[in-house]
Amino acid sequence: MADAEEGPTGSVSEPLDLVRLLLDEVVFVKLRGDRELKGRLYAYDSHMNLVLGDVVETIYLIDEDEEDEDIKTTTKKSEMLFVRGDSVVLVSPQTSS
Amino acid sequence: MENGTQGEGKDPSSFLAEIIGNAVTVKLNSGVIYKGNPPHFRSTWQIDMRLTHLVLGELQSVDGYMNIALEKTEEYVNGVKRRTYGDAFVRGNNVMYISAD
Repeated sequence: MADAEEGPTGSVSEPLDLVRLLLDEVVFVKLRGDRELKGRLYAYDSHMNLVLGDVVETIYLIDEDEEDEDIKTTTKKSEMLFVRGDSVVLVSPQTSS
Repeated sequence: MENGTQGEGKDPSSFLAEIIGNAVTVKLNSGVIYKGNPPHFRSTWQIDMRLTHLVLGELQSVDGYMNIALEKTEEYVNGVKRRTYGDAFVRGNNVMYISAD
């Protein structure tokens, strides 16, 4: 990993740069356990620990007993949330779609 | 890919370095797969229907933890496209494999 020489802000030379560009933006975070968060990204670190503000958490509960998979969703709102990095799967700018 | 030849110092990292910019499929441990589209290749993505989740995308970068940045990302759940992302960061511990398409 000897790529420390290129570091113009705005470029993505390593994956964490993509997250750096999302600071103060509203982001979509996919977590383990069929949970999703949307909120403003205030801070992150290399573990992908996150601090999010104005968060909406969506929890998907899937009943697989029935053939027709019942998906129930629960939402929770938080003013401020610390997310431990090990539960993070994916981080993306909030999609327009 | 000619993986059999060991002579040229091939290792997993150089493979990953070679496929930067390519369309890739990323399968996650959860079964999620991410796929991405390269602008200049026209390729059709294969979706493993047995998987719970799939992500396809164009690989922007990878680091030593196998954290991945993808562009033009599509997420498939049980073979059905669930979501698209312009950019996506995938935390490395969730990665099962990265496939150059």
